[in-house]
Amino acid sequence: MDQLLPRLPFAEWIDHGIDWLVTTFGTLFDGIAELLAGIVEGSVDILDMVPSILLAVLFALLAWVISTRKIALFSLIGLLFIDYLGYWYPMLQMLALVLTSVFFAIAIGIPIGIWSSQKSGVRKIVNPILDLMQTMPAFVYLLPAIFFFNIGVVPGVVASVIFAMPPTIRLTMLGIQQVPKDLIEATEAFGSTTWQRLSKVQIPLAKPTMMAGVNQSIMLSLSMVVIASMVGAPGLGEEVYRSVTQLKTGQGFETGLSIVIVAIILDRITQHAGKNKKGGRLL
Amino acid sequence: MNEQIIKKKIEVIDATKIFGKNSKKAAQLLKESASKKDILKATGATVGVNNATFDVYEGEIFVIMGLSGSGKSTLVRLLNRLIEPTLGRILLDGEDIVQMSKDQLREVRRKKIGMVFQNFALFPHKTIVENTEYGLEIQGVPKNERLEKAQESLKLVGLAGYEDQYPSQLSGGMQQRVGLARALANDPDILLMDEAFSALDPLIRKDMQNELLQLHHDMGKTIIFITHDLDEALRIGDRIALMKDGEIVQIGTPEEILMSPSNEYVERFVEDVDLSKVLTAGHIMKKADTLLIDRGPRVALRLMKQLGISSIYVVDKSNRLLGAVTAQDALKATESDKSLDKVLITNLPMVSADTVLTELFDVVSTAVVPVAVISEDQKLQGIIIRGALIGALSGDNQFINSDGIINSINQTTTEVI
Repeated sequence: MDQLLPRLPFAEWIDHGIDWLVTTFGTLFDGIAELLAGIVEGSVDILDMVPSILLAVLFALLAWVISTRKIALFSLIGLLFIDYLGYWYPMLQMLALVLTSVFFAIAIGIPIGIWSSQKSGVRKIVNPILDLMQTMPAFVYLLPAIFFFNIGVVPGVVASVIFAMPPTIRLTMLGIQQVPKDLIEATEAFGSTTWQRLSKVQIPLAKPTMMAGVNQSIMLSLSMVVIASMVGAPGLGEEVYRSVTQLKTGQGFETGLSIVIVAIILDRITQHAGKNKKGGRLL
Repeated sequence: MNEQIIKKKIEVIDATKIFGKNSKKAAQLLKESASKKDILKATGATVGVNNATFDVYEGEIFVIMGLSGSGKSTLVRLLNRLIEPTLGRILLDGEDIVQMSKDQLREVRRKKIGMVFQNFALFPHKTIVENTEYGLEIQGVPKNERLEKAQESLKLVGLAGYEDQYPSQLSGGMQQRVGLARALANDPDILLMDEAFSALDPLIRKDMQNELLQLHHDMGKTIIFITHDLDEALRIGDRIALMKDGEIVQIGTPEEILMSPSNEYVERFVEDVDLSKVLTAGHIMKKADTLLIDRGPRVALRLMKQLGISSIYVVDKSNRLLGAVTAQDALKATESDKSLDKVLITNLPMVSADTVLTELFDVVSTAVVPVAVISEDQKLQGIIIRGALIGALSGDNQFINSDGIINSINQTTTEVI
């Protein structure tokens, strides 16, 4: 068989393609890189201006408003514990990276999710791409990301965005499609425009499902931080990576635990954000 | 319907809906009058509605009835194009809905046609008043105005005070009232009601039917009501269209459908109908033999003898019922030379013409004289004799007057000298 079918040079094609992209759109990528780096570093700077205790309290208050007192208490203690361990600044760097990538994952993901919920043609294209994004080993994104954006925080953000976006798109699509058919008929029968149907009925009803998608995106993006640190993204991930390479088990656990604490806080807060507090039962 | 000038509100002409990819080929086959089954086999397309043609008159309740799968829900959705018809024309006030652009169609849906759904289809994330004002909200009606109209409409269905509740906090019957209020808030000419009461339990359903009839009476909207329940159809329909396999089998008034089913299918459909709940006193009453009050007891006696009856109704000159007199009393009156009004029995069993037979049994069984059917102004319209009541229940047409008007078979000579 090997002799009968010549081996097609897929790998080379992809390499050439990426080379071409880099040379052709170099300036564009540089611009994007600068923007992303600016956002991440800017937010780290802003967060770092606030004293750690005050920031921990602010987070706890936010958790209280959105979810429960228990979670607020956990946030306060957890964050102060991270500060106590001495990982406050790396934690801020990680948070900035995660929140930036989630922001872009949502900003791109939700409109795509809404669009593909409306058109089966779009769905047919989007679905396989999502499958690819989710199953392709995350390391593979990192390589081209380095070519496009050099090493540092930016390829980390880009890889996280790509890796974290699928759940937001999928669950947005699902949430909108799950709205019962008779409600859609009702909106149509009263003469709603497509936008009115979406904004007044479908999206509000899909919100809990969409928030579950956002929650998943945050979790996936957190799981990317260690991988992103391999291309030079700073933060807790970098600390974990260093502990692993230097065989410092204790430090590895400390930093790993800090990531877990941040993950639990973000997870619980976003889980509650999806629930309706007004008492009206959703679907 | 009265014999006034009746305006056609909706005209449906040869409306056909074929579901599936090969709808063109299927339509061709349908023209060659292939059966639904053969078309499915040949093309894989399903015929939902097959050549439906009917008119709906302004202000009537037009019921489309059929079992599940008969295409009735599809047919009603063709009327506001929630489902696009494959063929045919649907004229609303003379304008073809099928030819309308999206914008025109949206305008029609907003202003002219309201819809009520089987499972209420209320928006669970909106309060009752927000649900009710939805139709106005999407038209861009200012907040205050639409709130006012929504509240008015909720009041109409008896739900004032529930404005800030959520649909899930309300019972099924109340939820459907909200559905109705939401449709009414837009003040449409036409209400489409798709199995609107089918999800409700029987008692509440009956209440809702009554309230719908009351609302219809007060507001005079054209209502197209879909149901699979024949009793419901007979109760509220001015006219009924019976559907089977996507075709309209018969259109007629409830009486026409019951009394002269156009084919075996309709016959089988209606054979289990409880006639006693459908037929009214008007259907079985006979023309009464009456006597004017100023005639003497002797005339009364002679007349009773002539007709071979033992009692006779006494009326005044404008046919208002005064009472009855029995042969025995009339005889006594002649002997003691009293006038008729001295021996008049005045506590007569009386019913109105729209009383259904179930409510008549009791009255008829205990009455010594035939039960009188009177109009609102006390005029005698006819009488009910036991034989006719039993005959009508057995479905014998001889005892049933079409449209509640006494027909010639039952008529007896009445003129009194």
